[in-house]
Amino acid sequence: MKLSTEISGLKMRNPTVLASGVLGETGESLLNVARNGAGAVTTKSIGIKPKKGNKNPTVLETEHGLINAVGLANPGIDEYENEIKIALKSKIPVIGSIFGKDKKEFVYLAKKMGSFGVSAVELNLSCPHAKGYGIEIGDDKKLVYDIVKNLKKSVDIPVFVKISVHTNIVSLAKNIESAKADAIVAVNSLKGMKIDLDLRMPVLSNKIGGYSGPGIKPVGVRTVYEIASSVKIPVIGCGGIMNGEDAVEYMMAGASAVQIGSGVYYRGVDVFRKICKEIKTWMKKNSYKKIDEIVGIGLR
Amino acid sequence: MRTNYPKIVEIAETKSEAKDIKTFRFRYNKKVSTGQFFMVWIPGIDEIPMSASYTDNFKGVTVEKIGEATSALFKMKKGDKIGIRGPYGNGFKTPKDRVLFVAGGTGIIPVASLAEKIKKKNSLIVFGAKTKKELFFIKRIKKSCSKLLISTDDGSFGYHGFASDLAKKVLEKEKFNQIITCGPEIMMKKILDLGLEYKIPVQASLERYMKCGIGICDSCAINGYHVCRDGPVFDDRTLRKMRDFGKFKRDASGRRVRI
Ligand SMILES: Cc1cc2nc3c(=O)[nH]c(=O)nc-3n(C[C@H](O)[C@H](O)[C@H](O)COP(=O)(O)OP(=O)(O)OC[C@H]3O[C@@H](n4cnc5c(N)ncnc54)[C@H](O)[C@@H]3O)c2cc1C
Ligand SMILES: Cc1cc2nc3c(=O)[nH]c(=O)nc-3n(C[C@H](O)[C@H](O)[C@H](O)COP(=O)(O)O)c2cc1C
Repeated sequence: MKLSTEISGLKMRNPTVLASGVLGETGESLLNVARNGAGAVTTKSIGIKPKKGNKNPTVLETEHGLINAVGLANPGIDEYENEIKIALKSKIPVIGSIFGKDKKEFVYLAKKMGSFGVSAVELNLSCPHAKGYGIEIGDDKKLVYDIVKNLKKSVDIPVFVKISVHTNIVSLAKNIESAKADAIVAVNSLKGMKIDLDLRMPVLSNKIGGYSGPGIKPVGVRTVYEIASSVKIPVIGCGGIMNGEDAVEYMMAGASAVQIGSGVYYRGVDVFRKICKEIKTWMKKNSYKKIDEIVGIGLR
Repeated sequence: MRTNYPKIVEIAETKSEAKDIKTFRFRYNKKVSTGQFFMVWIPGIDEIPMSASYTDNFKGVTVEKIGEATSALFKMKKGDKIGIRGPYGNGFKTPKDRVLFVAGGTGIIPVASLAEKIKKKNSLIVFGAKTKKELFFIKRIKKSCSKLLISTDDGSFGYHGFASDLAKKVLEKEKFNQIITCGPEIMMKKILDLGLEYKIPVQASLERYMKCGIGICDSCAINGYHVCRDGPVFDDRTLRKMRDFGKFKRDASGRRVRI
């Protein structure tokens, strides 16, 4: 059985990818994820300057998932070169996630990432809890088009765009495709909140956070289905993938690969190896030989 | 089931231990082993990691006032509410007889709690502080160990010098089967080296900047290990694999900075 696949020239031994922001702040943690079976890894979203992020509490468990407002904490692009160097030893594709406040910042960051040797850049246009970044930019169709268009002119590596559900997905996806992006990643965490009943106040210091994990899977599957139905570029599915069947479901909806974030919490860092094994079991039972055969078969 | 969510508890008792050191007791009925820590939420301010200083049903943390969150906690009184998540981390492995404990400053918190739990009269604690005023838990330690040796950097009490130097003197004369250490990382690095020299296994409890406490945000990473989940207690074999141990830590943004 063949789990290996290729997306925009990125050769992957299997379709499981570490999602941005989970275990991706340090090169050695990325290496460890690679050792645990991932097909590719995505870095933490990196910006121009070091950013401390929000005060704690920044990560909580809720009934059906996690809710976080880390706030794009990162050491800044210059410092991050060392982490990339370490991560590249894994020999699997390293995807550099970046966030900026405008076109200029995105171009600068993407060029830097490219010079460090990453296989692709992923634009975080969807972080739900950082002022002036993420969603606040990803919601502006024209701005997104402009950023992607400029990036494609300035870097040679593939450009992935990670989008949020809190926007008009189909028209945004079409815009991203027409700006010549190489793939769309969907979804980022959903805007959420947790209020404590004893203290009668939001628990996250940022109040609003990003909801991820098992509870958001149906939203992710629907989003991927809508995008895959309306554009031709590859879609990378993300949101609540915990096991092989979740991954297969996303691939049926049209995802060429899947990203896993919260699954690291629920099943441990070897979640990648576990999911690959479970995908294989499913394929065997259903007589599929190549993973690519599953992609999009649910688009009916 | 939500396990990694702050449980709101009332502060049941506070006790001043020394200048800028205070213990806060509260009822929290999860099982905690020594060396594990809580994430303590000071509502509206911050949530910070604190070692469990009392591990029975009447739990406690002992806090040094050093910044915004700890100062806010210091202002809180009996009846005020805080949030507790955890316990997190692995805790100490029950050590073999005979144990040498080496603690520096607030490193005495998990060390005293472990010494109290194992109650081996033949173990020895070396406790170092900057100055006499910063010594605390003395009565508690004396109850659980036969011997307590104290060092102060300024010579205001006990041995004049560092705890690691005093520990070396002890090791030159006496035999131990296990060393347990917690304190400034430079000190723990020296203790790790002493352990190697005297062929004694070492367990050390580390501190790194923490956010999630559940091993996913990567902020407490040290050479691929996560202090919140794989630690905070590490053995000598693991510590020797960590190139950053005693040299680098990461700040809240993830930048690698010198210790
Ligand atoms: C596993 C572990 C156990 C600890 N146990 C104790 C204890 O029993 N008693 C005690 O007094 N202190 C303990 N600490 C240290 C304690 O967490 C910090 O002193 C506290 O967070 C300072 O907060 P602040 O806002 O008052 O200080 P700030 O002014 O914010 O910072 C002062 C210093 O505290 C550190 N710090 C701040 N926030 C955090 C954080 N979220 N995680 C880790 N370090 C932080 C910073 O690195 C900084 O150097 C422990 C730390 C860890 C990692
Ligand atoms: C703690 C945490 C931090 C995250 N940080 C980022 C980030 O920096 N950039 C980003 O694009 N997504 C970030 N995400 C979102 C994830 O990459 C992912 O899109 C989302 O969690 C949904 O997938 P999941 O259900 O598998 O976790 C973060 C998620 C979590 C839980």
